[in-house]
Amino acid sequence: MNTDNKETSRPSPRPGFVLDVDRNTPPIVFHHGENFRLEKLPAGRSRVVYPSEPLEGLPDPEGAIKDALLNPLGDSDPLPSLLKPGMKLTIAFDDISLPLPPMRKPDIRQRIIEAVLDMAAEAGVDDVHLIAALALHRRMTEDELRHAVGDRVYDSFAPKGLLYNLDAEDPEGMVVLGETPHGEEVHFCRRAAESDLLIYVNINLVSMDGGHKSTATGLAGYTGLRHHHNVHTLRNSKSIMDRENSALHASNWRMGDVIKDAGVKIFQIETTVNNNTFGREGPLALLQKREWEWNARDRGQFIAMQRGLDLLPVKAKRRIFEGWQSPYELTSVQAGEVEAVHQKTIENVYAQQLVTVEGQTDILTMGLPYICPYNVNSIMNPILVMCLGLGYFFNLYKGKPLVREGGVLIMSHPTPWEFHPVHHPSYIDFFEQVLTETTDPVEIEKRYEKQFAEDEWYIHLYRNSYAYHGVHPLYMWYWGSHAMQHLGRIIIVGGDQKAVRRLGFQSASTLQDALEIASDVVGPQPTITHLKTPPLVMAEVI
Amino acid sequence: MKALRFKRNIPRYAAAKIAGNIMPGSGASFGPIDLIQGESPEAPGKDWVKVRPRLSGICGSDLATVDGKSARYFEPLVSFPFTPGHEVVGNLDDDSRVVLEPVLSCTSRNISPPCTPCGAGNIGNCENVTLGEISSGIQTGSCHDTGGGWATEFYAHPSQLHSVPDEFSDEAAVMVEPTACGIHAALAAEIPNDGVVAVLGSGTLGQVTISALRHFTNPKTIISTARYPEQKILAAQLGSDIVVSPEEILRSVRRVCGTKAIANVSEKSPDGRVDRLTGGADVVIDCVGSSKSISDALSITKPNGRIVLVGMPATVELELTPLWHRELQLIGAYTYGTEKLPDGETISTFDLAFELVKTAKLEQLVSACYSLNDYQEALKHAANAGARGAFKIVFDLRDERERNIK
Repeated sequence: MNTDNKETSRPSPRPGFVLDVDRNTPPIVFHHGENFRLEKLPAGRSRVVYPSEPLEGLPDPEGAIKDALLNPLGDSDPLPSLLKPGMKLTIAFDDISLPLPPMRKPDIRQRIIEAVLDMAAEAGVDDVHLIAALALHRRMTEDELRHAVGDRVYDSFAPKGLLYNLDAEDPEGMVVLGETPHGEEVHFCRRAAESDLLIYVNINLVSMDGGHKSTATGLAGYTGLRHHHNVHTLRNSKSIMDRENSALHASNWRMGDVIKDAGVKIFQIETTVNNNTFGREGPLALLQKREWEWNARDRGQFIAMQRGLDLLPVKAKRRIFEGWQSPYELTSVQAGEVEAVHQKTIENVYAQQLVTVEGQTDILTMGLPYICPYNVNSIMNPILVMCLGLGYFFNLYKGKPLVREGGVLIMSHPTPWEFHPVHHPSYIDFFEQVLTETTDPVEIEKRYEKQFAEDEWYIHLYRNSYAYHGVHPLYMWYWGSHAMQHLGRIIIVGGDQKAVRRLGFQSASTLQDALEIASDVVGPQPTITHLKTPPLVMAEVI
Repeated sequence: MKALRFKRNIPRYAAAKIAGNIMPGSGASFGPIDLIQGESPEAPGKDWVKVRPRLSGICGSDLATVDGKSARYFEPLVSFPFTPGHEVVGNLDDDSRVVLEPVLSCTSRNISPPCTPCGAGNIGNCENVTLGEISSGIQTGSCHDTGGGWATEFYAHPSQLHSVPDEFSDEAAVMVEPTACGIHAALAAEIPNDGVVAVLGSGTLGQVTISALRHFTNPKTIISTARYPEQKILAAQLGSDIVVSPEEILRSVRRVCGTKAIANVSEKSPDGRVDRLTGGADVVIDCVGSSKSISDALSITKPNGRIVLVGMPATVELELTPLWHRELQLIGAYTYGTEKLPDGETISTFDLAFELVKTAKLEQLVSACYSLNDYQEALKHAANAGARGAFKIVFDLRDERERNIK
């Protein structure tokens, strides 16, 4: 693999940086669901953390993939030497939650799986299963699977039942491989456990992804996940994006040891993509530009886009954004032993996303986009708004949070009181019934987790429809528990007031109102950081 | 005497129906009800005593009458003109306070021997409601001869009267009759111990039913529906474990019962809407009585379960297939009489109602008092009680001049 920038006609991508806002700083674009807001941040006490410009993609992805498979990292033989006639081979791959937004064809998974299958065919391997590693996510539809693995792979395997979604509630299909020294049961896909080789194909969009988490979480069910998808673990993951300081990852790594000790041979293939989320050209390209570098055309285009979106009904806007596929480019691919591979992967993620930031501020602001890992081709319901803001974006740090303890988080999102009833049935119940009782994650875990996790109807819908597992909304709530504990107040700008109140947060019509409300907590003239993402940026706060 | 008098007048009845459809409670402004002043009525029989109401409640059935929505079923069971009002606390001539048990049974009709239900104490099931010494009328408030509670005086048979303990306020006493209805429904439900019961509707009737369920039965979970914040708060206070909006009831019962549901999750145009449950609550008590509420009840009651209809339904449109397919029991619960408690003891519903009103402080449901002169406003308020954060609206006759002339 190779991450060095290649000679191109483009100037070298500029790294991310921190802009101190002064009186000449133009308004900053905030994502706001299926629209955008232009916000003027107070001069002299605000700063904006900008993401790096997209790194150059690898010029020959297929060649880089082949190279990675033939030259693995760590204690691993090249893939061809691991493939034998008569062996049982399972290829598991990341599901619809990665990458975000979905990438343009060909998807990285397709490229890798085709390369792996070519090698397997050459070696005479004919017992091959392909499994979407869903854990407790919803099943992928045929179209989504086709997009991920390509038509050729889909047509060769799916009709024979050899390409399928993990069913973590199939008692016959799952097995407990053992326990970690901490008493954590390692619940695992039986087919993967009983294979001679498990190949995992990952897209490492953020530093939380990959490593042992790919298999220990992706191929597990509730029996295993409950040991790390809980409030205690997530409150002790500071942050979940920083593996060395994440209790979530420590648990997954312990489980990885158990999987290895159980004799499961894993060949891990991890990839990273660049920050080319909205394209260097095209209708959304200006979202990757810095506002003061906008030209007249950009400004005109933004105003037209914003006004056009204002006029459209929500469903139409949703359809437009759902149709967006990011022109992500592969920046690295590495294969072999899990930990050695992941070490290199994280370096490559950080090379694209990490920005050094000095100190914390009183307030952190963020504009939440229309998509998160759990609403691809779906609706960003209020619980997912909470999860994206408090669970994902708040945790985009190493060292310490961008906002001080007791500070205020201000998020911008319409937060509609709307749910996708097929994808998120238990979310509806959670929102309507649990959050009316309590928003305390500890209380929710104690009183409701078992009920939601074991509810037969949710299980039925998870297995047979396209529903997230019953316990999933509770996990989303836990995901935000570190932020909830850290923050003094959470405010949503431009959200549905009833929905925001149900979440236990405060609602504000404008950013100025939100700053006014925040002053009750952090006093007048607070310092402010705006995390400008996506494209993705991760702060190393020193 | 001053009274509100409901006459047989077809054009005005039609006008009330139109007005009531536009704005509930406004039938009073256009319908065949008038405030009259006249001579004191004559006693309908030798044993009857005069009652001078202190407070007289407005109930859902009264509103249906005023707005022209009552079922034609009642036409032969009333005698015109009549004075509505059957939730009454009043004074006798010796100034002692009494609560009216308004059902007109064989005893009050001077029919002997009584019919079988009356003989058994189940006076609400009286088979002689059109017979005897008084004209037709199933209750005081629908019988021409007795008069009714929306007046400064009316007549009651001694068998209909219960003394009010001194510690009872008038507000508490006027809640005894509606509370008795809730108790009768709660006990008719025959809820299995540790069963799940759903109560649809959290107006006055829903609230007293929830309270009765909590005090006289032993369900594992009471789920109730409430549309307005005050209703939700009070339902929880009176004993409902879970209070949800009406549109959330299917999902809520499903979750509590751990049952599955029939929902549209097909691959082609799935909308995920929960149509009905495969299991459900052991008992559903419908305190609304609309097509929607009864349909909901049919959707959330488990096979062989029981639906108790306590809200007066009038004419409804229903898909009865689930009743047949799930072998459901659909029973009515009208008024009160004699109850059999879970331990086998038999007791008058009114005795239980006095106990429950006191224990649960149900006088808190009395939200607003109006004079008879303001009857149009009173009826509008009662018809929109939930939206205005209210429960029981009553006429306050304590200061009416006509009442206090002896």
